[in-house]
Amino acid sequence: MNASQQAVERTSSDVDVRDLAAVLRDSLPAYSVLVESDERRPYECDGLTAVRELPLLVALPETVEQVQHVLRTCCQRGVPVVARGAGTGLSGGALPLADGVLLSLAKFNRILGVDPVNRTARVQPGVRNLAISEAVSHLGLYYAPDPSSQIACSIGGNVAENAGGLHCLKYGLTVHNVLEVKIVTVEGERITIGAQALDAPGYDLLALMHGSEGLLGVIVEVTVKLLPKPEAAKVLMASFDDVEVASDAVAAIIASGIIPGGLEMMDNPAIRAAEDFAHAGYPLEAEAILLCELDGTPEEVDEQIEVVERVLRTHGATAIHTARDDAERLRLWSGRKSAFPAVGRISPDYYCMDGTIPRRRLGEVLRRIGELSKTYELRIANVFHAGDGNLHPLILYDANQPGELERAEACGGKILEACVEAGGTITGEHGVGVEKIDQMCVQFGGAELEQFHALKRAFDARGLLNPGKAVPTLHRCAELGRMHVHGGQLPFPELERF
Amino acid sequence: MMHDSDIAESFQNAVAEAAARAQPVQIVGGGSKVFYGREPEGAPLSVGGHRGVVSYEPTELVITARSGTPLADIESVLAERGQTLAFEPPHFGPSATLGGTIACGLSGPRRPYVGAARDFVLGMRIINGSGAALKFGGQVMKNVAGYDVSRLMVGALGTLGVLTEVSLRVAPRPRLERTLAWEVSAGDAIAKMNEWAGQPLPLSAAAHADGVLRVRLSGSPSGVEAAGRRLGGEEPDDGEDFWRRLREHDLPFFALPGTLWRISLPAGQPPLDLQGSWLIDWGGAQRWLKTETQALPVRREAAARGGHATQFRGGERTAAVFHELPAPLMTLHRNVKRAFDPKGILNPGRLYAEL
Repeated sequence: MNASQQAVERTSSDVDVRDLAAVLRDSLPAYSVLVESDERRPYECDGLTAVRELPLLVALPETVEQVQHVLRTCCQRGVPVVARGAGTGLSGGALPLADGVLLSLAKFNRILGVDPVNRTARVQPGVRNLAISEAVSHLGLYYAPDPSSQIACSIGGNVAENAGGLHCLKYGLTVHNVLEVKIVTVEGERITIGAQALDAPGYDLLALMHGSEGLLGVIVEVTVKLLPKPEAAKVLMASFDDVEVASDAVAAIIASGIIPGGLEMMDNPAIRAAEDFAHAGYPLEAEAILLCELDGTPEEVDEQIEVVERVLRTHGATAIHTARDDAERLRLWSGRKSAFPAVGRISPDYYCMDGTIPRRRLGEVLRRIGELSKTYELRIANVFHAGDGNLHPLILYDANQPGELERAEACGGKILEACVEAGGTITGEHGVGVEKIDQMCVQFGGAELEQFHALKRAFDARGLLNPGKAVPTLHRCAELGRMHVHGGQLPFPELERF
Repeated sequence: MMHDSDIAESFQNAVAEAAARAQPVQIVGGGSKVFYGREPEGAPLSVGGHRGVVSYEPTELVITARSGTPLADIESVLAERGQTLAFEPPHFGPSATLGGTIACGLSGPRRPYVGAARDFVLGMRIINGSGAALKFGGQVMKNVAGYDVSRLMVGALGTLGVLTEVSLRVAPRPRLERTLAWEVSAGDAIAKMNEWAGQPLPLSAAAHADGVLRVRLSGSPSGVEAAGRRLGGEEPDDGEDFWRRLREHDLPFFALPGTLWRISLPAGQPPLDLQGSWLIDWGGAQRWLKTETQALPVRREAAARGGHATQFRGGERTAAVFHELPAPLMTLHRNVKRAFDPKGILNPGRLYAEL
């Protein structure tokens, strides 16, 4: 972790801010180039609020030509650029650089076109995720990926982080729901990647752009796929007196041949926090609850609900309740969707982790998290996208207590290492950013990291786009390795690093 | 079924040696798709012997296998547990391997409704053009650590790396599938297919061939039956067999004379104004054209309609097979190729002459 002590690994250049601002104002309106510190202040962090840095300058272009001008200017002068959407990211991907330009795409907030026949929407990157579904609702269509932050997060950021959501087991991640992006390269050139058709000739650079965290190009337009809204949806809630039993029940549902639209698990601390906050009707004594949503045609949903109920009953559910109507269905979901703010209410601060594990290893990983909770003397609540193995432990801490933030970060790092040890990954949907950059050294070996850097150079030879994020330098990993060895705690030296 | 065998290390040595001598290598799996892409060149590197399922966990919906594993073996292992590769990959012959399937990135009739080959790839082991053995992605559905190199390999025709192991997401087999048919014109079929795709129906394929629109419904029996009642149509005798033969290019259409073009388009585009015989798949998004027409007008018309054209089978293979890329995009492609294969030895020219 060590996000709080994040060191910038880059040779910085001396830049005359006033000169740079003047050149940018050749193309951008004066009010779109912010140089005063109080104007730059709102951009000092994204959703990872523990790490802050004031950018050298903030540019708020309104047209693609202005984005090109910003990039061309910065490229000529060797000034790094950090692109930012809505700033809701949780890994510090949009953390500014003290010697870099913060390029906000906030003004790119228009839906450019909806094609009802081909079921696509062409949108600017600053359009909010939920706004797309709202704009096409009258056509019976929607945009499927629904990260919990969908009210606020923007589609450009969704692509940059390959955002997931509550329904991605069945409907996929952002990468499965985008047809085309237009980017501006670091040299200021416009390139279309992907197509209005289902595929494009050449390499699948569209997949590569997803989750690239702003290191390869700046996204200025996105064409998303739209799906027909399912006719019917029902949700059932099952209670368990053991989280591992609940996890086995999830495996049994999948084995029965059903892919639920949503499949979410919460442990007791998360249940209590969410119930206290949202009054969703959760059983406070349960060790785990499972929320299972089935969607499709009414006939299909009725048939599947019956199967799932039977499976849950024979796999240790202590109680099963199917929402009677849509109001109750939404109430059951509201508890899950508000799990983060709910936890925020019972603790001054919390730190959200994002590991993914093969589901069958859940029991041992949760036991390990329990041990870490004791070791670091911090409470941890777990919410879990159970269908796809994406675990969100929420570490509760108080930043006003000296040392607690550092303990939370250290504890989080250990949790991610446990996820890698279980055959999983350090980040399922929140991205690496600055937050998990050290854990990248645990997940990947030097050869893979070198390949990542070579790929980065293919797009950005001088490393000006969002430098210092997502992929650590080999030097940093080596330093870290030594650090850990000196402490006698190199994480899992016997492990294959993948 | 041949014995499992792990010979990835020998490929690593072979690639490293070839790189040292700047000697081009032609990666050969089962040879079933040797017709695809530009003319292969270089010393053959046979990867078909590297085979076997490494792990398969049905309740995690993930299978991992070595690249030389026959596709048919993978499918039969999955079928035993009621699962399948949802993107319905074409085999184009009994020798098709997993690696070749993924390197070509081809998908069958189910593609518009469930996703393409690349959508199901979770992780990969590869050997890059310098002979380094690398692992990307993993066996979990959600993974955003590092660039998505695994998906980048799909459809790259082995020009970026020798695939040695692939992890794929698998899907439960639908409990019921039913095909319905109507006699309609191509234009009406395209309109219908797109109208239905915008409605919550359990569609899993839609094609128009020989004046007949066929639609396949898949899912739970009650859902499929209810949708079938809503759509009407006839139940043709050839049902599921039609989709298999379409996937494998085994229908009479594919035996017609001429070059076979694959045209990828926004699904709702009305029929194209090009001479030849047509077969429309993927609900209108993939159109097959058998024609003697020159390449240029085919490519122009495809591009004018927002798509691209591939000279899929037959025709001149020393010239361009895939659609020309705009110059800045080709520059990016060259840079990416160099990042993985600095000596340019892996399947050079198979995708584009420049790569």
